[in-house]
Amino acid sequence: MAHESTYQPQAGIEKWMDDRLPVMRLVHDSFVDFPTPKNLNYWYTFGGILTFCLVAQIATGITLAMHYVANDTMAFASVEHIMRDVNFGWLIRYSHAVGASMFFLAVYLHMFRGMYYGSYKAPREVLWILGCIIFLLMMATGFMGYVLPWGQMSFWGATVITSLFGAIPIIGDPIQQWMLGGFAVGNPALNRFFSLHYLLPFVIFGMVVLHVWALHVPGNNNPTGIDAKGPQDTVPFHPYYTVKDAFGLVIFMLIFAGFVFFAPNALGHPDNYIPANNLVTPAHIVPEWYLLPFYAILRSITFDFGIPFTDIIFIKAKFLGVIAMFASIGVLFVLPWLDTSKVRSMRYRPIMRFFFLIIFLPACVGLGWVGAETPAKVLYQQGEFTYYADYFEGEELTTLTYDTAEERDHAVESLVAVGTEVEIRDGTPFQFQMVHLGLILTIVYFAYFIIIMPLVGIIETPRPMPASIAESVLPRSSASAAAAE
Amino acid sequence: MSGSETTHPDRRDFLFIASGAFGAVATGAMAIPLIDQMNASRDTLAVAQIRVDVSQIPDGQQVTVEWRGKPVFIRHRSARDIEEAREVDWERLRDPQPDEARINPEHPELLVMVGVCTHLGCVPLADQGDYNGWFCPCHGSHYDTAGRIRKGPAPENLAVPEWVFVDGSDDAVIEIG
Repeated sequence: MAHESTYQPQAGIEKWMDDRLPVMRLVHDSFVDFPTPKNLNYWYTFGGILTFCLVAQIATGITLAMHYVANDTMAFASVEHIMRDVNFGWLIRYSHAVGASMFFLAVYLHMFRGMYYGSYKAPREVLWILGCIIFLLMMATGFMGYVLPWGQMSFWGATVITSLFGAIPIIGDPIQQWMLGGFAVGNPALNRFFSLHYLLPFVIFGMVVLHVWALHVPGNNNPTGIDAKGPQDTVPFHPYYTVKDAFGLVIFMLIFAGFVFFAPNALGHPDNYIPANNLVTPAHIVPEWYLLPFYAILRSITFDFGIPFTDIIFIKAKFLGVIAMFASIGVLFVLPWLDTSKVRSMRYRPIMRFFFLIIFLPACVGLGWVGAETPAKVLYQQGEFTYYADYFEGEELTTLTYDTAEERDHAVESLVAVGTEVEIRDGTPFQFQMVHLGLILTIVYFAYFIIIMPLVGIIETPRPMPASIAESVLPRSSASAAAAE
Repeated sequence: MSGSETTHPDRRDFLFIASGAFGAVATGAMAIPLIDQMNASRDTLAVAQIRVDVSQIPDGQQVTVEWRGKPVFIRHRSARDIEEAREVDWERLRDPQPDEARINPEHPELLVMVGVCTHLGCVPLADQGDYNGWFCPCHGSHYDTAGRIRKGPAPENLAVPEWVFVDGSDDAVIEIG
């Protein structure tokens, strides 16, 4: 809703400034008298919450950088120095660490909101794509920030993620060495990660300015997905949504503060309080929770892509996993063109609503769970492991059955000692492992975007929609009265 | 420029294209140092070779040394380890390689490998996994007693770095790199 400017400079200084740099006019028209649909619910407060998160991360991050040392021999100690010696260092660091998690929590809810109400559809495609770029930048920034404390999880997380690039055929190794500045993760990598971790939030800030600009051209989407048709459908942004956003933000900050003061390490990993050691891998490397679904997709691909029943392989499993992981984010960029329905809001799309809430959302959460567990963890097992030893007693075939390989091997040794020829074999039960669940959920994730979304848009009959935003928010009788006026 | 169209390129066109091309080349040339500074520096490359005394490693044990920021496993394999490694029908493995191609034939007991899982770079644990070799705890890759990938997501065998016995050391000291 690009609209006529309603700014009226009052005092002389305002008029003087307005003729030279109309910045007050921009603020007034964007955040004061900006016509906003009158039916926005609390899912629409995350834009404001995310702005707060970005500013909070920049403020705490700049102050942390005044005490942090980006060097592999001193980084860990400098973080402990911040925690123990710097005035309020513990508060600033915990706010920054928890803040990263809260930032991602808010961005995921913001994205799911956009998907549910169809906020990515015309004319908001560029707005959506800018959001996807911000999300990618956030993941890069979050990942590099997690490396800086130089604990075990920092080091090994960095090793695993940078070796993804080593999976690229032929040019992978040179690219990986170029990124790391050496043969393995070490001081050069730590230094450049710090440099980029400081830079990227400002790039994000710039992208947010574009994101808000792209929002203010068509105006806000709303829960009905219907365009605002006139002043009867809108209210000014201030005070209606400044207050609503502020209330949502206060609730959000309560949760934020709850984590900072009562469970600051709940979202982190204890291994990161062990200094980085390049010769010992932690038993279980996991990224921060907000990257887990993508990590699960990466690990769920354990097969090569090639012609079945031959040795011809086009893409090896490792690179295929990397492709799948990046594709899982890449598919978000083309979302506006995968959705074939003209109806924006899933309120009026019963089939799509079912797939989104009952299939897609649980699949995303499930992928997060798979990412946090070991791939070989057995979820369901049919039968037991059995260990057999076959030998001939005279003419008769005798089979011994054991529960463990050790017992069987012990028995075999004593048989062999007396000159008996023994054949051994193992019985393996059917097992459904975490990695199999991950593969199924990965298929569901991609199927949602590239099969379900285009198909449902064609076959689905949408529910009847209200004629206007005003009609959707007013009781039926008063809506018709308003229409009669 | 209004209305001054000429059929032949004049001096002004030449200056315009030449200065534009020069600017583009200069910008491109400046990108080289800005990109190349991220490659391994000379002090990193300088410590690319190490020497290790391998004569003191007991039978069936391994030592881990650091080389180029990565762990290197030096294992003194037992006779059973070698036997198991050679029993395998190696042509059917994911990364087919005979045991003989991974060792010095005069010292089959000595196995030197970069201790970095070829999947995503973790350090595999010794004496674990289904093949009595190494097991990577990160994503469950099993390596056999020759360090060959047998099960799990890793695409390749553990890498064998270039190494030689140091002259005059009576096969006690090796140089890696």
